[in-house]
Amino acid sequence: MNTSLLIQLLVNGVIVGMLYGIVAMCFVLIYKSTQVVNFAQGEFVVLGAWVCLALVVNMGLPFWLAFLFSLVFMMLFGVLVQVILLRPLVGEPVISVIMATIGLSIFMQATMNWIFGNNAVRFPQVFDQGTVSIAGLNVETAYLMSFVLSLVVMGLFFWFFQYSRWGLAMRATAWNQQIAQSLGISVGRVFAMAWAISAVVSGIAGVVIGLVSAVSNSLAIIGIKVFPAVIVGGLDSIVGAIIGGLTIGILENLAEFVDGQYLHVGNMYSVAPFYVLLIILMIKPYGLFGTPDIERV
Amino acid sequence: MAHVPNPRPTGDFRSTYAADRTLFRTRNETMAVLAGVVLVALCPLVFGGYVLSQLILIGIYGIAALGLNVLTGMTGQISLGHGAFFGFGAFASAWISGNGIPVLIAIPLAGLMTMAVGMIFGIPAARLKGLYLAIATLASQYILQDFFARADWFTGGTYGSLAETASFFGFQLNSDARYLYLVLFWVVVAFVAVANLARTRDGRALVAVRDHYLSAEIMGINLTRYRILSFGISSFFAGIGGALYGHYLGFVSAEGFTIILSIEFLAMIIIGGLGSVSGSLLGAAFILLLPQAMEIFANGVATVVPAIAQGTAYIKQMSVGAAIILFLVLEPEGLVHRWRMMRASWKLFPFSH
Repeated sequence: MNTSLLIQLLVNGVIVGMLYGIVAMCFVLIYKSTQVVNFAQGEFVVLGAWVCLALVVNMGLPFWLAFLFSLVFMMLFGVLVQVILLRPLVGEPVISVIMATIGLSIFMQATMNWIFGNNAVRFPQVFDQGTVSIAGLNVETAYLMSFVLSLVVMGLFFWFFQYSRWGLAMRATAWNQQIAQSLGISVGRVFAMAWAISAVVSGIAGVVIGLVSAVSNSLAIIGIKVFPAVIVGGLDSIVGAIIGGLTIGILENLAEFVDGQYLHVGNMYSVAPFYVLLIILMIKPYGLFGTPDIERV
Repeated sequence: MAHVPNPRPTGDFRSTYAADRTLFRTRNETMAVLAGVVLVALCPLVFGGYVLSQLILIGIYGIAALGLNVLTGMTGQISLGHGAFFGFGAFASAWISGNGIPVLIAIPLAGLMTMAVGMIFGIPAARLKGLYLAIATLASQYILQDFFARADWFTGGTYGSLAETASFFGFQLNSDARYLYLVLFWVVVAFVAVANLARTRDGRALVAVRDHYLSAEIMGINLTRYRILSFGISSFFAGIGGALYGHYLGFVSAEGFTIILSIEFLAMIIIGGLGSVSGSLLGAAFILLLPQAMEIFANGVATVVPAIAQGTAYIKQMSVGAAIILFLVLEPEGLVHRWRMMRASWKLFPFSH
């Protein structure tokens, strides 16, 4: 057994899993507060990365400024999507809402293909490319940065929902819209805000992924990978999303390891999460931390 | 559903249940459907290759969309894996006919095989509904796609597999004009079968599961059985459609059966009208012809604004996404509803109600 390879893959799994966790968190945020399943989450991630890249490369802005601007852009974009596309669909059946976000994802994908091209583009050097040695393991600086940034984002999320006034308002709305409304919370504004935050955080994740590897439209696959993650964690649990993301990230790399060393069937990396997804749905449909939907007649 | 005035002529009331359960509601409707079938059957005399190929594809996609409509429109379960079942039908038929069974028999056999696979992947539906089920079917899409790439003995792996030309007692169905009749036959069979299904106990049970599953269960409908049954029916038609598609192209490769195809099937039934039998065909025609219309449109614009020229491919894709969104926001009940409204306003003219 190749122990060093296994550990290396596990570390990769944790780092990738953190990113899955972040995107899953955005997904859960939207689902929890607005009951919308966002199939375009992956496109949000890519859009954030492309906008930041375009600002750096075409406009020549320094990276931090471009990053800031792209976050502002993502915020406006999120609000716009909610107001234009999803507000008219409030109260419509699940399939309409799902299809609307699927339509959005197709539309965004085509538009981004057109505007930004089909090729993968690398960011100009932002972090140095060196590697850091932690306990005998070589970890690229960019990976380390992405890990730290993920932790920071999660910390901010925690603070926002635990202590800030708006975060509490959002939790109240997620718990019961009518009661929240009667307490003077503007549900419409909370909905818009949920989309704005989700878009911004997805944008951050996109930029981070772009820095680590490269920006391309195929990154949108992360929006599909999110599903196993949120099902493992439970569709309406933010903590669950992070744990689910980590689980799927590690699982992918473990599947890769087992496949590469013993089974040699190929492509386990991308399919294993979906088998896990089906198994979890069969035995524990509401995931590890999700709220069971109990019906009484 | 929004109120639509009764389309029947004044004074034509039903007084028996039997009259209320007829396949076609009026004599004119029967005539219109028959005329439609005859007109399509006459098409090869008039039109050339392009129109015929479009008719064939509309028929094939229409059959598969009809299957999805049984699942989503009638039973209210969302499937994001229909494209994979369609592909499974194509591979299954190519494999069966490759083993020496005539194509015309291989097509329904492939439908049955796909039905079995669909029912296996429908098992989660016993416990799940709505969103969770949609995600489970998403998983089945990826698992099947992986299977296509892996199962060399069945699909030819990455190379794809050859599907034999259909022949009828030695008469080769090797041109569009000949193949059209085979597709037309299956379209008629499929649409009559599903329209008929809605009149049976099983069909009404499916609708009851959609409308209120708790009440349905209290009325003695076995939810698990009907949910899985509807997966079976849906994938049977997906398999038939896929088989016809495979033998039409003569070559089946895994690349065509991605999540995009599944989404297009969903778009067809939403645009055509959820739960509407004729809407499935309308939606299939719409989704198939829209990108081509957009291409012609974009090429036209490109002569004025040259910058558009390189974006034609993207405009086609954007138009599908935009069509889904616009229909959901502006006309959630689909083309069929629009048609009913037109008919009603014609009938009631000059009054609006």
